[in-house]
Formats: sequence, C-alpha cells, structure tokens
Amino acid sequence: MATTRILEGLGRFYIVLLLGFLYLPIIIMAAMSFNASPFYQLPFEWTTDWYASLWQNDQLIAATWNSIEIAVITTLISTVLGSMASLALYRYEFRGKKFLQALLFPPIAIPWLITGTAMLIFFFGVGIGRGLIAILLGHVALALPYVIVVVSARLQTFAPELEEAARSLGANQWQVTMRVTLPWILPGVIAGGLFAFAVSFDQFVVSYFLSTPGQTTLPVEIYAAIRKGFTPEINAVSTIIIVVSMALMLLTARFFKFGGEK
Amino acid sequence: MADQLAIGSRRGLRPALPLLLPAYLWLTVAIFLPLSAMVFFSFMTDLPLAGKDWAFTLGNYAAFFSQSLYSTLLFASLRLGLEVTLWCVVIGYPAAYVLAKVLKGRSREAIFLLVILPFWSNGLVRIFSWAMVLREGGILDTALNAVLPFKINIDLMYSYPAVIIGLVHSYVPYMVLTCYLTLQAIDDSLIEAGRSLGASRRQVLWRVIIPLSMPGLIAGSALIFVPVVGSFMEPRILGGRTGTFYGTVIEDQFVAVFNWPLGAALSFILLAVVLIILALAAPVLRRAG
Repeated sequence: MATTRILEGLGRFYIVLLLGFLYLPIIIMAAMSFNASPFYQLPFEWTTDWYASLWQNDQLIAATWNSIEIAVITTLISTVLGSMASLALYRYEFRGKKFLQALLFPPIAIPWLITGTAMLIFFFGVGIGRGLIAILLGHVALALPYVIVVVSARLQTFAPELEEAARSLGANQWQVTMRVTLPWILPGVIAGGLFAFAVSFDQFVVSYFLSTPGQTTLPVEIYAAIRKGFTPEINAVSTIIIVVSMALMLLTARFFKFGGEK
Repeated sequence: MADQLAIGSRRGLRPALPLLLPAYLWLTVAIFLPLSAMVFFSFMTDLPLAGKDWAFTLGNYAAFFSQSLYSTLLFASLRLGLEVTLWCVVIGYPAAYVLAKVLKGRSREAIFLLVILPFWSNGLVRIFSWAMVLREGGILDTALNAVLPFKINIDLMYSYPAVIIGLVHSYVPYMVLTCYLTLQAIDDSLIEAGRSLGASRRQVLWRVIIPLSMPGLIAGSALIFVPVVGSFMEPRILGGRTGTFYGTVIEDQFVAVFNWPLGAALSFILLAVVLIILALAAPVLRRAG
C-alpha cells in the first residue's frame, strides 16, 4: 500500500502544479497592474496610478457602462424567456420536442467566429446594422441555451405531482407556476441568470463583429488597446474584469452544482 | 390519459407554444436566420447594399479551392486544434482522475471549483495575461535567469508555442470537467475487482478506466477542438506575425478587407468542417449527456 500512498501524493502534487499553471499568469497580470513601471520592469514598485488613470479614460468608462447595461438586459430577457421555454419542455409532450432540444446546441457548439460573422451579415442585410441593439440581440441568443439547460436540470428534480396536487386543489395555471413550481426551481433560475450575465459580460467575439466605434463593449475596447500595444492600464481594467467575473461564478456555484454530485 | 396526467406531462404542442415561441423566435432571428443568410451571401459577388450590383456566383468557393493559401491555413488551424486537444488530454485527464478518485469531500469540491473558475472568466484577459509571462524580460525570462547560472533568453511571445500555451490554458478546464464527470461515475469496486483478480495498475488503467471514461474524453475533445479551429483572437495576441490561421483570415475579410461574401464562404466551409466533427462525436456525446 506504500505505492498507493506515493501515487496519491504525486497526484495531489500534480493538481497543485495544474492550479499554478491556471492561476499564475492571471496573478502576474494583476500584480503588474500595481507596478509603477509602464514597461512592466522589475523591481516591483507599488502604485495605484494605473487604476486612477482608468477614471480619466472616458472611452473605457463608456464601454464599461455599455457592457454592464447589455449584460443586465441580456440577463433579464434570457432568464424570463429561457425559464418559460424550460417549463414548456418539461410539462408537455409533443412531436418535435427532441428536435427543439437539439436546436439549443448550435448556439453553444458553433464557434463564435461563425455565429458572429453570420449575425453581422444578417443584421446588415435586414437593416438593423451594427451597434448596441445588434449586440444585445446576439447576446440574448447566446445566453438562452445556457439558461434553458440549467433551468431544465433543476426541473428534473421537481416532482410533477406537486403541480397536479395544486391543480386539483383549484389553482389555475398561473398560480401553479408562480406559487408552486417557481419557488422550487428558483435556485436554477438564479444560476441560469448568473450564467447569462457571465456569457454576456465576458463575450468578446460576437460583440467584436457587431460593434461600431461609438457603440462598443469593454472586451472589444480591451482587444483594440492590446493590439495597439500593452500598457499597465490594460492590466488594471483586466484585473477588475477577472475579479468581477470570478466573483460572479463563485456566486453561481452556490446555486448550481457543477460537479454533477448530489 | 389518466396516466399521462398522473406523471404530470401533458400532450399537445398548442398549450406549450406560448411558452416556447418567444425563446425560439429569438434564436431564429439571431442564430438560425443569420446562419442561413451567411450561406446565401457566400454565393454572391457583392452585398446587395446601397444599390450595388450583385449576381450569384460560385467564385468565393472557387477562391478557396484554387488558392492554396486558404486550404493551407485551414489545415494549419486543424493541426492547431489537434495539438491543443492532445495537450489538453495529456494535462487534463490525470487531473480529472486525481479529482475523481483520490481527493474526497470538501477538498475535492473546492479544487474542482478552482479548476473550473478561470474557464468562466474572461477569455481575452486570460490570453493577455500570458503576454506578461512569455515576453522577453517577462516573468518566465526573469525568473529563469535568476535561478540558472548561465544567461538565457526566453522570448516565446509571438511564436507558435505561445499560441499553443495560451489555448491549452484556455481550454484545459473543459477536459477536466468532462473527464471528471465520467471518471466519477466509474464504480470503485470495478477497479478493485480488476486489481484483486491480478491485473497490474497499468492493465486496470488501459482495460477498465480508460475505456469507461472514453465518452468524457471524446466529449471534451470535441468541445475543445471545435472552438480552437475557429480561434482568431488568441493567435493574433500571442502569435503576432506567426499567428495567421484560418480564423484570422475570416476576421480580416470582415474587419479589414471587407470582402464579406468571401468571408461568408470561408465561414461556411469552417461550419461544414465543424458540423462533420460534431456529427462524428454526437453518438458519444448523447450517451455521455
């Protein structure tokens, strides 16, 4: 059994290495946002100037507001529409249901490069053009499948007898949904909403093809800045984004088990 | 009918429609119609905008097949996808195994979350963070030179390995997730049975564990391969001039050269490749799901 011990120890060590690989670059990037040298030179000298100068960058602030606005609206729309669709897929049996469920996968599985360029062509063709409306249309479509998958997973744990009981006690469809079903699936709905926010807030590719110079989101603005050359200011705004999205996902994890364990 | 009611599911599309329509209409307008429009435009000489003349043509596809540049780049992207996927298997599978079979309880939960967490943070920012590590005078360079007695120059930035490292970093959590899910479902008594019947560790690994976790490996590979083949931002940022791939050429058609019909044709060819790969993986994915 000594070999088993050694192997398990090696396994644990390996996990530590993997976590190092995953987190070190991010930590270094964050550290550099507090370093005084504009050319990332060491030794390290503490400063918060780069964060202060973010406040002077009107373009970046405008893009940030756009990102937040779009993410909030995307969350609201996709959570409501997605939960409705999940309920229908859960409650009713009809022909073509399998097909409707299969339709949820293209938006997730097809590379965003293809979806994004296709949206650009279509929105241009029908006169919507580029801009915040186009970005919103795209983000909701990308977030919807995630919401439906997450809410449906939660619905699997819901006993349909509860709906039947409420119905036989005289509740109408609306009351059944709002008073019986929704409270039960609420953790799933909240998790789906948080997923939707993350999908939208972190989305770069689709936003990139659909934005115009005045109407753009934060990741698109960062990409443009990176391609012009690196400055610690990019590190600062990137650090803020990473902290926000990781905090969001930790919050999501409270409502939704990723591991598939009970 | 009584039975149907008892289990709560009810027949008919009609009552389901009001709940389904908004979501699926949205998906139609923002995903399925655009994909169809892309196919349509890929057969045009020019966009029918602002009174420009246009006609149907096969020229955009002819360009792909007549100029070796495009097929060469498509193969370069497919190779990139293959290499990144293999690295993700090599790095991610052992980690998934340790998570599923060695770690227990709260520490497993916490570490699993830590592995998945960066995956849900901004991909662009994580790629950018590698620029800090890989460039000359970056952290890797400085750290190695502080430790090593001789002077070396690590300047991996703007190279093929940099693109690989960045993409593996971005996608390896996928592999850990899918393999973990299938490995976790393997009953420990199967492994013990194999061992007690005299199989070596290696035999148990190859004859029991790997075959049973194959669905996770294939699902993870499909989920990684497909987006990597279509990647353009990662090669641009970490690959510099060496980072020209199929995805970057498509990007160029839309944001630099403005040859949208050619871009649409190139996108559609990529979509076809992607769909073939997904179709091949679909039976396994379905069983795993």
